[in-house]
Amino acid sequence: MASPETPVTPPPVVLAARGLTRQYPGVRALDGVDLTLRAGEIHALLGENGAGKSTLINLLTGAQPRNGGTITVDGVEIDPDGPGGAVRAGIAAVYQEITLLPNLSVAQNLYLGREPTRWGLVHRARMNRDGAALLRRFGLTIDASRPLSDFSTAVQQLIAIARAVDLSAKVLILDEPTASLDTAEVQTLFTLLRTLRDQGLAIVFVTHFLDQVYALTDRITVLRNGRLVGERLTAELPRLELVAMMLGKAPTAESHLGRRPATAAPSGTPLVRAQGLGRRRLVGAFDAELHAGAVLGAAGLLGSGRTETALLLFGVETADQGELIVDGKTVTLRSPRDAIRLGFGFCPEDRKLDGIVAGLSIRENIVLALQAKRGWWRRLPPARQRELADHYIKLLDIRTPDAEKPIQLLSGGNQQKALLARWLATDPRLLILDEPTRGIDVGAHAEIVRLLEDLRDRGMALYVISSEIEEVAAYSDRVLVMRDRAPAGLLEGDTITPAAIVNAIAADHQTKGAA
Amino acid sequence: MSAVIQRLKAARPQLALLALALLVNVFVAPGFLDLRMQDGRLFGGLIDILNRGAPVMLLAVGMAPVIATRGIDLSVGVIMAIAGAVAAAGVNAGLAWPLAILAALATGLVCGLWNGLLVAVFRLQPIVATLILMVAGRGVAQLITEGRILTFTEPHLIAVAGGTLAALPLPVVLALLAAGLTGLLVRATALGLFVEAVGTNPRSSRLAGVHTGLVLGAVYVWSGLMAALAGLIATADIKGADANNAGLWLELDAILAVVIGGTSLYGGRFSIGRSVLGALVLQAMRTAILRAGLPPELNLVLMALVVAAVLTQQSPAFQPLAARLMARLKNKEARV
Amino acid sequence: MMGRFVNTRTLPLLATVVVFVLIYAACAAQYPTMLGLRVMGNLLTDNAFLGILAVGMTVVVVAGGIDLSVGAVMGLTTVALARLIEGAGMPPALAFALVLAGGGLFGAGIGAAVHYLKAPAFIVTLTAMFLARGCALLISTDSIPIHNAAYDTLAGAALALPGGGRLTLVAGIMLATFLAGGVLLHGTRFGARVFALGGNAHFAQLMGINTGRTTILVHAFCSLMAALAGIVFSLYTRSGYALTGTGVELDAIAAVVIGGTLLTGGVGGVAGSFIGVLIQGLILTWITFDGTLSSWWTKIAIGTLLFAFIAVQRLILVVSARYGRPGAGPTAPSPSTRPRPSPGAAAPSAP
Repeated sequence: MASPETPVTPPPVVLAARGLTRQYPGVRALDGVDLTLRAGEIHALLGENGAGKSTLINLLTGAQPRNGGTITVDGVEIDPDGPGGAVRAGIAAVYQEITLLPNLSVAQNLYLGREPTRWGLVHRARMNRDGAALLRRFGLTIDASRPLSDFSTAVQQLIAIARAVDLSAKVLILDEPTASLDTAEVQTLFTLLRTLRDQGLAIVFVTHFLDQVYALTDRITVLRNGRLVGERLTAELPRLELVAMMLGKAPTAESHLGRRPATAAPSGTPLVRAQGLGRRRLVGAFDAELHAGAVLGAAGLLGSGRTETALLLFGVETADQGELIVDGKTVTLRSPRDAIRLGFGFCPEDRKLDGIVAGLSIRENIVLALQAKRGWWRRLPPARQRELADHYIKLLDIRTPDAEKPIQLLSGGNQQKALLARWLATDPRLLILDEPTRGIDVGAHAEIVRLLEDLRDRGMALYVISSEIEEVAAYSDRVLVMRDRAPAGLLEGDTITPAAIVNAIAADHQTKGAA
Repeated sequence: MSAVIQRLKAARPQLALLALALLVNVFVAPGFLDLRMQDGRLFGGLIDILNRGAPVMLLAVGMAPVIATRGIDLSVGVIMAIAGAVAAAGVNAGLAWPLAILAALATGLVCGLWNGLLVAVFRLQPIVATLILMVAGRGVAQLITEGRILTFTEPHLIAVAGGTLAALPLPVVLALLAAGLTGLLVRATALGLFVEAVGTNPRSSRLAGVHTGLVLGAVYVWSGLMAALAGLIATADIKGADANNAGLWLELDAILAVVIGGTSLYGGRFSIGRSVLGALVLQAMRTAILRAGLPPELNLVLMALVVAAVLTQQSPAFQPLAARLMARLKNKEARV
Repeated sequence: MMGRFVNTRTLPLLATVVVFVLIYAACAAQYPTMLGLRVMGNLLTDNAFLGILAVGMTVVVVAGGIDLSVGAVMGLTTVALARLIEGAGMPPALAFALVLAGGGLFGAGIGAAVHYLKAPAFIVTLTAMFLARGCALLISTDSIPIHNAAYDTLAGAALALPGGGRLTLVAGIMLATFLAGGVLLHGTRFGARVFALGGNAHFAQLMGINTGRTTILVHAFCSLMAALAGIVFSLYTRSGYALTGTGVELDAIAAVVIGGTLLTGGVGGVAGSFIGVLIQGLILTWITFDGTLSSWWTKIAIGTLLFAFIAVQRLILVVSARYGRPGAGPTAPSPSTRPRPSPGAAAPSAP
C-alpha cells in the first residue's frame, strides 16, 4: 500500500469544479457536484452505474455542455467547449476504450494534427524519433513507426497517456484504465502514474477495483445518483465505509425490511444448476442453483462479473468451462434462443441498447419474445397481440394512453415493466434480471420489487442482479456475491443481511487489511 | 376497414406525390386519364404507367425489406440481366417454357442466397457484399448470352410482358400479385415484425430470441427472386436477353422508390404498398417528361432533386431544425 | 522479423503484387510480345482515365467513404469540354481550368451533404451521379467530336520508349497523378487526417480533427480527379459524350480494393490501386491477345478477384480480432464487452 507522505502545506488546487449540473429531459444526471483536484495527487472518482462519473468527466472535458456550475483551472474560470477547449485549458482524458486510431502508426497517433513538417510535408523520420523519445520518458522503448494495432492494450494505454500528458500537462483523467489489463500491466501503469504524480500532475482515477484505489490513490470522491456523497483521504477511509458510501447504506444497519419470515433456503432438485460455469476473459467459474419459487440474488460492484454470470446463463456468451444442468440434463447454450427454448427470460441492464426496440410500439415490444419463440410462421393474431399488450399494461400498470405508442416515449420504469411483460408473455420458468430497478423513480421502483416478489411466490425461479443491497437482502433466498470477476461468497438464510453483503463485497481477499 | 383507412393515411405523402405527377401528365397530355377497352385489354395513360413501372415495382417490393434491415442490395439490376439470360438461353436450348421460367427464378434465388450468405454469415457490409455480384454479374450474364442479344420467339415467354390477364397487361398483374404476396408474407406472418426489429435494434432482437441471421439472409433471397421476375418481364418485353442493358441502373430506381416510399435508409419501419407507390411516382414522372416532349434526360436530374429533398427531410440534422421552424411558426400564429 | 513486414496492413498489398506478377508471368509465357514496352505503354495510355479515377477513389475509400458519381462526373466533363471548345470556341487551357474548378466544387457539395445531412455516402453520391449524368445528357445526347489543333497536339504528344513503345501525355498525367496522390495521402498532414477519419471518425474528432472539413476536402479531391479523368478521356478520344464512363466507378472501386485498400476505411494507399488498375488492364490485354476469349471474362475475373480480396480482408479482421492482441475481446460485442459509451455519445436522447 502506498502511504502518501502528508505535506506540511496542502498542495495547490489545480482544478476546482463547483456545483456542476447536467440535466437531461426527465433526469438530472449530475446535481451540483463539486470536485477539487490538487497538484501531485491521484484522486479516485468512485460510484456505481448511474452515479454520474461519466457525466462529470464529460463536463470536465467539454464533451457535453453543462447546465450549471463553474470549472476553474489554476484559479482561472474555463468553459471547455469541445475536446479542443479542455485540452487547451490543460485537461486531458484517457478512456478504457482506447480512443486512438489503430490503423495509424504510434507516432502518427502521438502527433495527429500537429505533425512536424519539412517543406510542407510531414517529417516522418523526425516524428518517429520524437515519438520514440517521448515514449521513453514514459518507460516505453518501442519503435514508434509501427502501427498502433501491433501493440497490446496496455501499451496502447500508455501511449494514450503519453499523448494526453504531452498535449496538456495539468489534469489527467483516467476512466477505468485498468479494466482490461493484467496484474503486471497494472503495476507498470501504477509506476508511471506515481512518477507523473510526483512531477506535479493532478490525476483523476476512475475504477471499480477497490484494491487499486487503496494501492494507488491519495484522495477519494464518491458520487451516488448524480450527487456528491463525500470527499475523503484514502488513508482515512476504511474499505467497509467506502463501500457503504458507494452503495448508500450504513454498514451496520440490520434492516430486515420486507423480508419473508423465516424461510429456509430452498432445497430439493434445482430447476437450473450451474457448476463451475465460466468463460476465459469474461468471468471465473461460479456455482449457482436456481429453484422454482425462489430468488437467487447477485451482488457485487460494477465490473465484478455479476452481469457476466447472467450472460452465460442466458447463452449470450457460451461458457468454455463447467456445466449447466437444466431439468437434470446437461445443456450447452449457444445463443439466447437456446435459453428461451428452455423457458428462460432475460431483462438486460442497458434497457436502451439491449432491451427495448425503440421505434416499434409497446405492443410489438411486448410480443417480440413470444413471437420469436413461436417462430415466424405462426404469427400471433393481431387481436391476441392487443389482448396480451392490454393485459400486461393493466397488470403491470404501464402508464401509457395505448399500446400502439412508440416504446421510447415511456419513462424508464415503464420501459422496464414493458420488458418484464415481454418475458412474462413467454411464461418463463426462470427470469434473469440485471439491475431491474436502475435509473427508475422511487414509485416505480417499489412496484417492480413487489412484482418480483409476486412472481417468486407464484413459483417462478428468479435470478436478480442488483446493486440495491437492501432490496437484494430483502427478497433473496440466497445471495451470490461477486468480486473481481469471480465468485466471492454465497450467503444463505439468516446470514443474508445488507451488512453481510457489504462485508463480502468489501472483504480484502489479499488479507492485508486496510492500512 | 379502419386498417385500410389508416394505411391510406400513412401513405398521404406518397399519394400526394403520385397525384401531383399524374396531374402533370393530365396537363401535358389531355386525355391521359382516358381508359378504353380493346381486344379484351385496357389501354390508357394510367395502364401505361403501371405497365412501364412494373419492373421497378417488383424491385422495390424486394428492396424495401432489405433497406428495413439497414441493408442495401446493389445487385438487383444485374440479377435481372442474369435471370433474363437464363430464360432466353433456356428456351433457345429447347427447354419447355415453364422450365425456363423456373430456371430463371431459381437463378434469382441463388444470387439472393449468395448475397444473404455474405451479409448474414460472413458479416460483410451489405454494400460491399452486393457490390461483388454487381461487378461480376454482367460478365456472367454476357457469358450466358455469349455477348449477343439473345433473341427468342417462344410465345409463352414473350407473353410474360405482352400477355393480358383480367384485362390488364400481364406485367401489371405479376407486379401487383408479387406485391400482394410479399405484403401477405411479411404482415400475415411475423416476418415483418422481425425485419423491423432487426433493422431497428439487432442486439435487442437477438436477446429477445429473434434469429437475426435467418431474417437477414431471407430478405436478400426474396430480393433476388423479385429481381429475377423483373428480369423476365424486361427480357420478354424486348423478346431478347440483353446482358449489357437489362436492368442497368434499375437498382438505383428501386432504392429511390423505397426511399420515396418513406423507408429510412437507417432501417426500421417499411411498407410494401408505399414502396410500390414510390415506384409509380418515378414512372409517372418519367412519362410526364416524355409526353411533354422534354428531353428524357431531364428525368435523371429531377430524380436527383426528389431524392435530395427526401434525404434532407430524413436527415437527423434536419429534424430538430424543422421542429424549431414549426414551433416558431406556431408562436407567430399564436401572437397574431 | 517476418511480422515486421507482413502484417495486416501489408498483406493485402503483398497479395496484390503477387497476383500481378503471376498474371504478368502467365501472359508473358503465352505471348512473349506482351513483355515489351510497347504493350506496357499502351496499357498505361488505355487505362490512364481509370488510374486517375482510382487515385481519387482511393482517398475517399481510405477516408471511410465511397463515391459512385465519378463515372458520371467524368462523362459530364467530356461533354462540357466539347461544348466549351467546339461550341464556344474557348481555348482548351481555360476550358480545362473551368471543368476542374467545377469538379472540385461539385465534390465539395457532395462532401457537405455527406457531413451535414449525416446521409450514407453511397446514397448521396448516387444522387450526385444522377444529377451529373442528367446534366451531361441535357447538354448533348450525341457524341461531339473536338476539332482543335492544340487538342491534337496534346493528344499526340508522347515520349518514345525503347522497343517502339510510347509513353503518351495522358499516360504521363496518370503517373504524375499517382505520384501526387501518394504524396498527398502519405506525406501531408491532410493525408494523416484522411487516414484518421477512415480509422474512426468519432475518435478522430476526439483527437481534435475537423471531420467536416476533411470530409468535404476528400470528396472535392475525388471529384477533381474525376474531372481530370474526363479531360484525359476527351484527349484520348478527342470527343465528348455524355455516356462516357458508364459503370467505370465500379472498375475504380475494384482497382482500389484489389490494391489492398480496406472498403471499411483507414487502411490502404495509391500504390496498390495502381497495381489494381494494371491488373485490370492486363486481363483485358490478355483477352484481346487471346482472341478466342470474350471481353465479359474481364468482368468475371475482376469480380472474382474483388471477392477474393474482400474475403481475405474480412478473414484478416476476424483472425486478428480473435487471436491477434491480448485484451482484444470476442468479435461479437456482447453487453459486457461492449465498449463503454464514449464521451459525447452518452447523452440520452430526448423522449
